[in-house]
Amino acid sequence: MKNKSSRYLASPYIIWIVGFIVIPLLTIVYYGFTDKSGAFTFSNIAEILVWENYRPLYRSLILSAVSTLVCFLLAYPLAMILRWYKIGRGSIIVFIFILPMWMNSLLRILAWQTLLERKGVINGILTAMHLPEQHLINTTAAVLIGMVYDFLPFMILPLYNALMKIDDNTINAAYDLGASFWQVLTKIMLPLTVPGIVSGVTMVFVPALTTFAISNMLGGGKIYLIGNVIEQEFMQDSDWNQGSGLSLVLMMFVIVSMLIVNHFDDKKDMGRGGVI
Amino acid sequence: MSRNLLELQNITKSYDGQLILDDLTLDIHENSFVTFLGPSGCGKTTTLRIIGGFEKPDKGRVLFDGKDITNLPANKRQLNTVFQKYALFPHMSIEENIAFGLRIKNKSESYIKDKIKYALKLVNLDGFEKRSIDSLSGGQQQRIAIARAIVNEPRLLLLDEPLGALDLKLRQEMQYELIRLKNELGITFIYVTHDQEEALTMSDYVVVMNQGYIQQAGSPEQIYNEPENAFVADFIGDSNIVPGVMLEDYLVRIFGAEFKCIDAGFGTNKPVDVVIRPEDVEIVDDDDPRAILHGEMTHIIFKGEIYEMECTTPDGFEWLIHSTELHEPGKKVGLYVKPSNIQIMNKPESEDEEALGVEE
Repeated sequence: MKNKSSRYLASPYIIWIVGFIVIPLLTIVYYGFTDKSGAFTFSNIAEILVWENYRPLYRSLILSAVSTLVCFLLAYPLAMILRWYKIGRGSIIVFIFILPMWMNSLLRILAWQTLLERKGVINGILTAMHLPEQHLINTTAAVLIGMVYDFLPFMILPLYNALMKIDDNTINAAYDLGASFWQVLTKIMLPLTVPGIVSGVTMVFVPALTTFAISNMLGGGKIYLIGNVIEQEFMQDSDWNQGSGLSLVLMMFVIVSMLIVNHFDDKKDMGRGGVI
Repeated sequence: MSRNLLELQNITKSYDGQLILDDLTLDIHENSFVTFLGPSGCGKTTTLRIIGGFEKPDKGRVLFDGKDITNLPANKRQLNTVFQKYALFPHMSIEENIAFGLRIKNKSESYIKDKIKYALKLVNLDGFEKRSIDSLSGGQQQRIAIARAIVNEPRLLLLDEPLGALDLKLRQEMQYELIRLKNELGITFIYVTHDQEEALTMSDYVVVMNQGYIQQAGSPEQIYNEPENAFVADFIGDSNIVPGVMLEDYLVRIFGAEFKCIDAGFGTNKPVDVVIRPEDVEIVDDDDPRAILHGEMTHIIFKGEIYEMECTTPDGFEWLIHSTELHEPGKKVGLYVKPSNIQIMNKPESEDEEALGVEE
């Protein structure tokens, strides 16, 4: 198979990878380790130790962890219900849950802005019912809601795929051997859906950790995440070196968290719960 | 006869408006090997699932050891199931699979260890404890599924077409294994299959089902030698099913010829169905005085231990005949059947019964 023509076939992909992945990455590494004059420095990386920078990183880690957990707790029972009622992939119900994935993410967040605003839909309803207006927008809770809503389908789908792969009789066999529902869940279903859980956690945790749009639109600049810091370095301060340095730090956190998550994934291939 | 371990009373079940089981009543004796036999869709698997607790009947009761277990969930029943395609837990080792039910019941680890060893020995897989499921062949996986079930010491073992996925040689081997296991364990087996040979080989009691009804239940010999209707006769082995008229007791007319038989009580000049097994049709010389019907040999297939032949009689009926003696096509022969080999069945009376008949 390794003849010359097959190598030529790969060339478009190699050009793509080099042009759009390797070169940008190297550029970030270059900027991250140099100062404005182009001299080598660690100071851009060390910037993370400044309170204004590590505080948002810490906040990002907490918020993305919490939103991943909430997504998981919402998605797993839902996926189980879909499986229980034998709702197939082509059904309208599954389609409705996956539909938001095909919509622009910013639009989805904008919708929440409209709902949560001071004079928004929810407060409008509260006022109409003669209840006091609530302060909803620009809170940590608002950002969390945005994250959960935005990334929930990415958790549902891999869990649903993983659960649908379990044979009915595997579950029946566990009941037959005396297991309770809770034992079936913890000893059979959860272990067999680990690949799906890993996919889902990855698909929610990483974008939640790096987002700046959700915190911008629902946090109103008050809930400052690491994504916002990096965005500001590039867009407002035009400090590419500083922004790249912090991006590299964030990348390290992503890689480490993925290594931790993937550690739980069995080496045995039990059918990875892919996204689509 | 021993007492009833399981009683099914008037079980009715339908899915999406389609009747799967219609008022099924059946007693299963303790320590017997019972087979539910029938074509796919006959309701045999549904019956098994109702016994196992995976389905609830719409109507009727399931009694286990005299107690009503109709609404008892599967995990509370004193029985275990061996599933079609084994349904082993893929993320566990063989040892963990077998120990699953015992760990649920909080048995001590030393007890579990002994039990695993005993069960693996029983299914001829000593020393397989640490192996992974994927390293096993289909036959070995099935043995593990059986071991996983029997360590729980069920009083009743349900087997849902457990040999369906195995090749012929292995299947025959496993049939003997299952009979041996049944005798060693001294428990009741309920076995579901569509393979009539399997049913006849292994069971003490065969329940032939079709379209949600029990067509006939009895010993393998009874089912084979005295089928009660055309469906059973046709489903169990090959047979010649011909229309006849019961002239009087012990005398039946088939295609204008009179055959002596051993059945009585049908009345006089009563239309009946007659079943004659292919191995019971004897070919004699055309001018032999024993010959009752005369015909011409038409087809022949060599089947190994026998020749499968067809003989066409003047009325156009093709008789299926099994014999070790070869009779070339074109040869004029006489046919003779011993009275004891003629099985008389009532014709279906109503449309309802007609619907249960043979599907071609």
